[in-house]
Amino acid sequence: MTQNRYLPFPSRILDVIKHTDIEYTFRMEFSGEVKPGQFFEVSIPKYGEAPISVSGIGENYVDLTIRRVGKVTNEVFEHYTGDTLLMRGPYGNGFDLDNYRGKELVIIAGGTGVSPVRGVISWFGDHPEERKGMTIITGFKSEKDILFKEDFRRWRNQMNVILTLDAGEETEDHKIGLVTKFIPDLELADVSLAQAIVVGPPAMMRFSVQGLLARGFKEENIWVSHERKMCCGLGKCGHCKIGDTYVCLDGPVFNYTKGKTLID
Amino acid sequence: MGFHVNAQQFDQWLAGLKEDYDVYAPVCIRGGSIYSDADCIRYGKIDRIEDVVFDKKSEYSFKEAMIPVSETLFYFTEEDCTVPPARKKGAVIFLRSCDLSAVQRLDDMYLGNGPEDFYYERIRSRIRFVLMGCSKSFDSCFCVSMGTNTASRYDLCVNVRTDGFAVDCPNREWAEFFMHCGCEEQPVTPDRVTENRTKVTLPENLSTEVYRASLWDEYNKRCINCGRCNFVCPTCTCFTMQDLFYTENGKVGERRRVWASCMVDGFTDVAGGGSYRKKNGERMRFKVMHKVFDYKERNGYHMCVGCGRCDDICPEYISFSRILNRLEDGMKEVSGS
Ligand code: SF4
Ligand code: SF4
Ligand code: FES
Repeated sequence: MTQNRYLPFPSRILDVIKHTDIEYTFRMEFSGEVKPGQFFEVSIPKYGEAPISVSGIGENYVDLTIRRVGKVTNEVFEHYTGDTLLMRGPYGNGFDLDNYRGKELVIIAGGTGVSPVRGVISWFGDHPEERKGMTIITGFKSEKDILFKEDFRRWRNQMNVILTLDAGEETEDHKIGLVTKFIPDLELADVSLAQAIVVGPPAMMRFSVQGLLARGFKEENIWVSHERKMCCGLGKCGHCKIGDTYVCLDGPVFNYTKGKTLID
Repeated sequence: MGFHVNAQQFDQWLAGLKEDYDVYAPVCIRGGSIYSDADCIRYGKIDRIEDVVFDKKSEYSFKEAMIPVSETLFYFTEEDCTVPPARKKGAVIFLRSCDLSAVQRLDDMYLGNGPEDFYYERIRSRIRFVLMGCSKSFDSCFCVSMGTNTASRYDLCVNVRTDGFAVDCPNREWAEFFMHCGCEEQPVTPDRVTENRTKVTLPENLSTEVYRASLWDEYNKRCINCGRCNFVCPTCTCFTMQDLFYTENGKVGERRRVWASCMVDGFTDVAGGGSYRKKNGERMRFKVMHKVFDYKERNGYHMCVGCGRCDDICPEYISFSRILNRLEDGMKEVSGS
């Protein structure tokens, strides 16, 4: 008989990490195959299901970083350790680490776009022998919007970290300006082989990719991840469709040679 | 195996189905039109062959009888999800050849395009189809252009004759019935049209380049994004999840899926306020390209079956077939030749 993939399973909240006033990471009990960049459909009491990308992976858990925006994701914040949430997944292709092994790697992420790449950053941070030079350029609106502060402390010792804010005063920890500002000055041993990942709001992704191409990156070495409305995650509901592509099945991670053909 | 069947014999056969099946066919709903007190032809349960409307096209398609407009997927509590039982009976559905072609599209979307859909599969596996032969084309039909004017995967086919019905019955079990009640055997092939008034020609070189053509702009204003064209379409499959909460804390309730339309506001809204395809012209382009380009890229044949229902229903008199016929000029425009 056909498996009923719409049925969620209850998962225990193991821990809640508060990043900002509106962004929390929920550490959810989960054991099974999962990759950074994949997502779960999380049932949010009083709202409904929302697709949430995996921001961290451990032995028996996944981290889901949820932003309190509109009424969509508010209710989940009532949940705390020991409580359960219904969820299903993981869905989508996720990032394939093999694409970046042994290469120079640049990751550009804006705001909550850091969530889907956090696993990639951490893994290559912990395994420097698996890659060449590594730079991350991460942008947030202001100081109070910075996510994963703990991680940044560790990442600074492992790779070249550029943390930038849209506005405010420059400090030792962060610069001021859009992420795109730092692309021209990227130091790379061989740009023709370097790999780049870009995740964030649509305009930020567009301009970042333009910047990377201008810096000499090859299209086939750039990877993007798209956020779309996703009701099913199963190629059925149609909400995530762009052209002939279903973001939930074929993405959300795309090589730019494909990503550039996706026009809403 | 073919037979000549009179109305009384047909009704006997329908009565025999009752135990295992609900029988759905286009019926006349008095005063059911969305515009006025006029009658509306849509799908309903029937007991007798005289209930079936053969001489008009159903406003809504057979899809109503197959995929509920709103379907409860499960009931949930904090710890538990309970799936409602399947329908007690299977269904026998009367439809035309364009619609039987649409079934293949639904199958490929729900049983393919990712993992098999549990709810579709459990209904689909218990459906039998009765093909209604078409002796004439309706004005907006363009099945010949779309290659859907012939159909073969039916359990029974019925052609209307002045003195009864000419029936072809490949379903062995059913054929036994007609043999036993003394129906005269005769060779029967489905009635079909070979020409429509409405003709559609799609450009061979159709590509996403046509996004840039100016033809879409016209629909920014003309289309009022009501979504009716999607709801009547036998090949539209999109849905949205909806939760219904029974308790204050939102932890007990039910999840449903309801038909959705890519023309209607909110279809692409993401948490945080982003949305895509804000203009109605962009939505029109998205729908048109899905029906005659995107789907084909994935499945090798067009999604649109040329039933013409979207043309018939549009309150703004927007003709989908006319848009299809404009694609050629659209391609010329963007390729500069
Ligand atoms: S094309 Fe017509 S039926 Fe479809 S959404 Fe626009 S106005 Fe409504
Ligand atoms: S797009 Fe229009 S003509 Fe084509 S199958 Fe759907 S309703 Fe029928
Ligand atoms: S999320 Fe439903 S089709 Fe992709």
